[in-house]
Amino acid sequence: MPRDEHREGIKGMANPTRYGIERVAYWLMRLSGLGLLAYFVAHIYETSNILRGQVGWDEFLELTQTTEGHLFLAIVIAMCVFHTVNGIRVMLGHGGVGVGKPARPDYPYEPASQNYRHKIGIYSAILLAAIAMMYGLAVMFGE
Amino acid sequence: MAQVSSVPKGQTSPTSKSITLRISRFNPEHDESSGFMEFPISYEKWTTVLEAILDVKKHFDHSVAVRYSCRQATCGSCGMIINGKPRLACFTKISELNSNVVTVEPMNNFPIIRDLAVKFEKLFDTHQKIKPYLIRDDTEIQSNEKEFLQSPEEVEQYIQFANCIKCGLCNSACPTMATDSSFVGPQALAQAYRYVADSRDKGKDSRLKIIDDSHGIWRCHFAGSCSQVCPKGVDPAMGIQLLRGYLLGFRS
Repeated sequence: MPRDEHREGIKGMANPTRYGIERVAYWLMRLSGLGLLAYFVAHIYETSNILRGQVGWDEFLELTQTTEGHLFLAIVIAMCVFHTVNGIRVMLGHGGVGVGKPARPDYPYEPASQNYRHKIGIYSAILLAAIAMMYGLAVMFGE
Repeated sequence: MAQVSSVPKGQTSPTSKSITLRISRFNPEHDESSGFMEFPISYEKWTTVLEAILDVKKHFDHSVAVRYSCRQATCGSCGMIINGKPRLACFTKISELNSNVVTVEPMNNFPIIRDLAVKFEKLFDTHQKIKPYLIRDDTEIQSNEKEFLQSPEEVEQYIQFANCIKCGLCNSACPTMATDSSFVGPQALAQAYRYVADSRDKGKDSRLKIIDDSHGIWRCHFAGSCSQVCPKGVDPAMGIQLLRGYLLGFRS
């Protein structure tokens, strides 16, 4: 990217502060998307170990039975739930659902597209991801 | 960079407070990197950031480069990053920032001319690209009715988006603009919706064809930062999602 364009770059794009919960949701959506992509690749590698037979499969599966493995899977659960719930919100928004109706704006110009419905959707996605992660941890650690 | 250490005598009033104004200085012709100059500024509760910058130019350093004109949030000239967020300097009071230090920098995602002044060519190019005018075969002069009548409801569909002053704050806040130099940007996309939603316009298909591009409307991820910084209540994020509704078949 040419230096004289004065673009914020990845640092600016990834900065979740400054613009409220919607920008945090954008950041989490991208992060969880990349995380799930990485998990998908790792998952293909993991399942390909079946070609090594029963012993090879069991050996690799033991990696997920460790404390680190459980924490990793718990994060995957959280990413999956957040990406799904927030994805539904974003898809509806992309179709123009719940973004408000055009109207003459009045000062102080609160943007109608950043309304409570979307905020509830974002907080719900975060909450559900946290609950799912805690449930996953409880199951995996046998509590 | 240098720090100016004294406030000119006789310039303060009993009700005034003071802040430190940090101004980004950068001349791409001979500077390797940008730096900041600090100025102690007295302000009243109604003093705007633009007035503070002009105070610096008047009393401390006249070489500070800043673009401005109307001083009433109408011309869209004085957009800049103020304490980390894109704002109009003439529309931002120092007192509402609640900070003893006010930092002003040139808008992100725009090439810097010098200091706080940035180039708008790209914004105007993308704005022009989406054909920001009514497209139809006849004209009001030729029409029998002499004018294209609209109901108040039809006007409501687009009038909000006609408030755009092309200040560029939305493009500066957009996370996609931060990384994609080919992205059309929220300003142009919102203006595309403004004309597509206008009942007098017949150019919907040609506009949708322009923005239906990998660097067009599909690059918007609905972060909403554009709408949060718009000083005129245009809400580009809403316009873009409604515009996408046409492409996805939700609207006709």
